Amino acid sequence: MEITFLAISAIKIFVFTFVITLPMIAYSTYAERRVSAILQDRVGPNRVGIPLTLFGGKKDWKFFGLLQPLADGLKGLLKEDFTPAHVRKNYYWIAPALTAVPAFVTVCVIPFGSEITIFGETVKLVIADIGIGPLFIFAIASLSVYGITIAGWASNSKYPFLGGVRACAQMISYEIALGLSIVPVLMVFGMLNLSDIVNEQAINGWLIFPAWGEGLTNPDTGNFNLGRWLLVIPLLISFFIFTVSIFAETNRMPFDLPECETELVGGYHTEYSSMKFALFFMGEYAAMIVGSALIVTVFFGGWSLGFGLDAKWLMDEAGNWKAYAGLVHLGAFLTKVVAFIVFFVWVRWTVPRFRYDQLMKLGWVVFFELALVNIFLTAGIMWWLAR
Amino acid sequence: MSEPSATTSYEVPDSGAKSAQAAVDYQSSTDDLLGEKMVLNMGPSHPATHGVLRLILELNGEIVTKADLDIGFLHRGDEKIAENMHYNQFVPYTDRLDYLAPLANNVAYACAVEKLMGWELPPRGQAVRVLACELARVSAHMLGVGVFAMDVGAMTAFLYTFTEREKLYNLSEQLTGARFTTSYTRVGGQIRDLPDDFIANVRVFIKECAVTVDEIDKLLSKNMIFINRTKDVGIITREDAISFGLTGPNLRASGVERDLRKNSPYLGYENYDFDVPVGENGDCYDRYLVRMEELRQTLRLIEQVMDKMPDGPINVGDPKSVLPDKERVLMSMEELIHHFIVSTQGIEAPEGEVYFAAENPKGELGFYINSKGGGVPHRLKIRAPSFVNLSIVSKLLPGCMVSDIPAILGSLDFVMGECDR
Repeated sequence: MEITFLAISAIKIFVFTFVITLPMIAYSTYAERRVSAILQDRVGPNRVGIPLTLFGGKKDWKFFGLLQPLADGLKGLLKEDFTPAHVRKNYYWIAPALTAVPAFVTVCVIPFGSEITIFGETVKLVIADIGIGPLFIFAIASLSVYGITIAGWASNSKYPFLGGVRACAQMISYEIALGLSIVPVLMVFGMLNLSDIVNEQAINGWLIFPAWGEGLTNPDTGNFNLGRWLLVIPLLISFFIFTVSIFAETNRMPFDLPECETELVGGYHTEYSSMKFALFFMGEYAAMIVGSALIVTVFFGGWSLGFGLDAKWLMDEAGNWKAYAGLVHLGAFLTKVVAFIVFFVWVRWTVPRFRYDQLMKLGWVVFFELALVNIFLTAGIMWWLAR
Repeated sequence: MSEPSATTSYEVPDSGAKSAQAAVDYQSSTDDLLGEKMVLNMGPSHPATHGVLRLILELNGEIVTKADLDIGFLHRGDEKIAENMHYNQFVPYTDRLDYLAPLANNVAYACAVEKLMGWELPPRGQAVRVLACELARVSAHMLGVGVFAMDVGAMTAFLYTFTEREKLYNLSEQLTGARFTTSYTRVGGQIRDLPDDFIANVRVFIKECAVTVDEIDKLLSKNMIFINRTKDVGIITREDAISFGLTGPNLRASGVERDLRKNSPYLGYENYDFDVPVGENGDCYDRYLVRMEELRQTLRLIEQVMDKMPDGPINVGDPKSVLPDKERVLMSMEELIHHFIVSTQGIEAPEGEVYFAAENPKGELGFYINSKGGGVPHRLKIRAPSFVNLSIVSKLLPGCMVSDIPAILGSLDFVMGECDR
């Protein structure tokens, strides 16, 4: 293996996890608190800034409380790392890590941008450009339920136990809907490499909004491509199921049964405190970010600017913008992800919570069937178009 | 059959033997000898139990098979305390009964003692009391609806209601000088008349409050998730509601049209035009709808009270029993003497017994007073609506899921300060 490849990969891992994902997690907690505050006619955290008065200054710099995540993190680290006497220590300690790690690992197949050229070396803005992107994400992301279940079990306490059981049942039921809902997408694209999927969307139109490229003109006939627009119907159903399943997958409202505070106090993390609790928290937010990134990548054209702009300016060899394409795409991708995170927050603070059995019913009776039918619908439309 | 409650005490020294004894005791008292069911202790400090209610649940998976209530964590002995103080000195204790509607408690207590004394308030005094009562009702129902929404997961509606309650606290501060523990009434009247711009402020509040009520209505009443969580959950039949002695919105949601303001009007409630909403199924959703409609009716009632507000004195004009004006106390000898006597010896109550019940936000708050004459009651019993309403919980919960517990408890809208008193 080439040494440059290893070096570039190491740099990419560092940048994408520590420079992009981790700060995003920190600031999505801040965004959650500020957005929910706006929704609820409150102020939210707006105080933590640079305490200049400590160093003899006249006034503190508040920066709209933008340093709040830093203070939260510091608090998590400095609090006593308390382990109750009645827990099973090994499992109790490993559970938070098991929740947080899979969420971070899945970051590696998400394409953050197209490609940039550094020192004559063309670098793709994805850590691992593998041909089974979505499958890899599902395989790894579903591991995080072990962390929650083990946490509930190892706490040796009744509320966490109920939370763990619920998490397990919920994950299994929504994993299936999640997996099935993405099948039509893969049928339309005919490939599993996320970078290629995004590339295709940049040129031929986003999956559920194909308003340029092949989406408008059929390459075979040159006419308006009605068939591609017909496919949007099953793809919208896919998008809906996929998004809802991601909500369930990340244990967020209205599916936050494993930790619903009004019944189970804190659910699976009732017995956890300090940084171990913070790891669960980070795992949840990381899962939310990866979920948003996946939705954006598959359905909303990933890093592409859309409307044919990529092909016109950024990916054209002759264009002057070619050099900045990678950075522009990175910015576009992050903007879309942030928009989805705000959407997640918005939903969380708007709707009530499902009941356990209703959630199961929704998963198994509605979404599972709908996803299955959707696959056949897509296949039927594609067969009819190909005739 | 003894129950696994914490109040059982064992004649064994160390904690190990104690718990072994408790286990044996439980084994002999349960039909679940294999230990397949889980006993879950919920409360007294738990987010769903609104204060210090403790539930001992027996769970079969997620389904509740048995529920025992353990109350009394907030017991202060208010009824005994009342026997040791003048009638007026007990008013602050009534603030702490249903602490979400202290004004209504003050009014109910004062009316009870006035019934013993045989007094009738002048019209303005009555209207002021109605106004205070109904403002308290808005406050209590706002919290009831908001907390119920929070219990099923809709946190935002809860905070909307709190914005309105904050305004109510401002009004309460303007009216009584205190935001929370109002102690507004005295036997035979109020501590002060309405402030100058109070009515104008209430009018502004009513407008804003109506908007919030509509907003919550939009957010929840047709929300599928909310309806799924609350419809056909915790059904109280008409017969059950009557036989358990439920009162207030919980009773009316079960289809019984009983509101003391209509059925046995006091304080001139018969002069106002308002509807008493009644539910059909007696489930959590109906209880929510009844509270929402009562909020609207209450706002309507407040408007009428303000329009019809008569002039005149607010207190009973008996100088020997009601504290005279402070200015006159400082200027004239007779008033000074009355002030001194009323303050030190209390009012001179006749012998006899009396029961007065008022339609409070939570239900029928009744005071039974047994007097042997003198300034203190011989016995004072409080009929707390929350206490009675809670009695049905152990019948409602078995068969429900764990997730229904917050919904049912939230919809019953009880206050432990009143229940444990």
